[in-house]
Amino acid sequence: MSRPEHIAPPELFYNDTEAKKYTSNSRIAAIQAEMTLRAVELLSLGDDGPYYLLDIGCGSGLSGEILDEDGHVWAGMDIAPSMLDIAADKDVEGDLFLQDIGQGMGFRPGTFDGAISISVLQWLCNADKKENKPRYRLQRFFSTLFMSLQRGARAIFQFYPENDLQIEMIMGIAMKCGFTGGLVADYPNSKKARKFYLCLFAGQAAPGQKQDLPKGLGSDEADNGIAYTDSRIQTQRRGKTSRKSVKDTASWILHKKELSRKRGKEGVPLDSKYTGRKRKPKF
Amino acid sequence: MRLITHNMLKCHVKNCTDPDKQFPLRFKDVQLEQIDAERNDEFLVRMLPRIDWPALSKTTKELDITLPETVPGNPEDDEEFLQALHTAILETHIKQGSMLCDGCGHEYKITNGIPNMLLAEHEI
Repeated sequence: MSRPEHIAPPELFYNDTEAKKYTSNSRIAAIQAEMTLRAVELLSLGDDGPYYLLDIGCGSGLSGEILDEDGHVWAGMDIAPSMLDIAADKDVEGDLFLQDIGQGMGFRPGTFDGAISISVLQWLCNADKKENKPRYRLQRFFSTLFMSLQRGARAIFQFYPENDLQIEMIMGIAMKCGFTGGLVADYPNSKKARKFYLCLFAGQAAPGQKQDLPKGLGSDEADNGIAYTDSRIQTQRRGKTSRKSVKDTASWILHKKELSRKRGKEGVPLDSKYTGRKRKPKF
Repeated sequence: MRLITHNMLKCHVKNCTDPDKQFPLRFKDVQLEQIDAERNDEFLVRMLPRIDWPALSKTTKELDITLPETVPGNPEDDEEFLQALHTAILETHIKQGSMLCDGCGHEYKITNGIPNMLLAEHEI
């Protein structure tokens, strides 16, 4: 199955039918909920009660509902009207906006305590109209987002990177816009369970307060595979040396010649320093 | 959309940068709806410094909502003030209408409570 962002731009891909399918699919809803919870965990918000958050690419409100449950006050934006209509029908408590994040955010500086984004960023990397547009759009997005966040706030993006080049492009542009941080990978060794979270920090809350990149889940079992392969190679080597036979060595040739002479065979060549000499490969 | 988020909005059209004009966005032909919400005083007090009070005053006057002119000295103890603030910014929803930018003239339409923030090609 090809990647959705290669099929059509998001506002066309998520039409009424697709939007309804996406939202009513219990498997998708469960995965989205799990990823939202993990993103909120990575936000590392304090304990001082509800915060004012931004949900980038809120879609039909699957992630927004999780924010509602925690009591946060949030605003969300999406480019697909069909998805937003479903969110409005679900009566999510957040403020919804029909917006193209590639055109930039329109918020005053320091508005939000944090931002999350679930399964969205890969859509921004596509050139729906022109060649160099994705870079410009990413730049516009990250620079305006940086300003709209409180100092020390985080932006957590769960997304599906197409390849390393895409990751590099996104991170390069984010860094240029002032963000620090990096990529956190959960369960990096499993093809199915693997999830990537881009964790960006918008400056520091207080000068000198360094922010540490959170650790990915399931990253402790990474080293077990190597010891097994080492021992297999060793047995192979031992096997090879023991398989080498006695036949064809010089001493064996002399022994066989002696046997022939004893048996009375005529014409056995005399032994000399050339008997059993190593010949050139062409023989 | 609630008034708290409207207070944070500014026009993001290219070259529309005059801070006096691009914020706050002026409402036109709006339909309001009051929806009850749970009040959280900690949240209100934390958001107070972030809210632009003159802009909020101006907007609430346009919508005929009562709000004190200035923030009291000790907001966390002023029950009446907190309740008025909560009703104004978290329980007042704009359902229909539009928002105008005095700087560039762009009109952001609001349908079913969702503002349309999409910009035209020349405004990016």
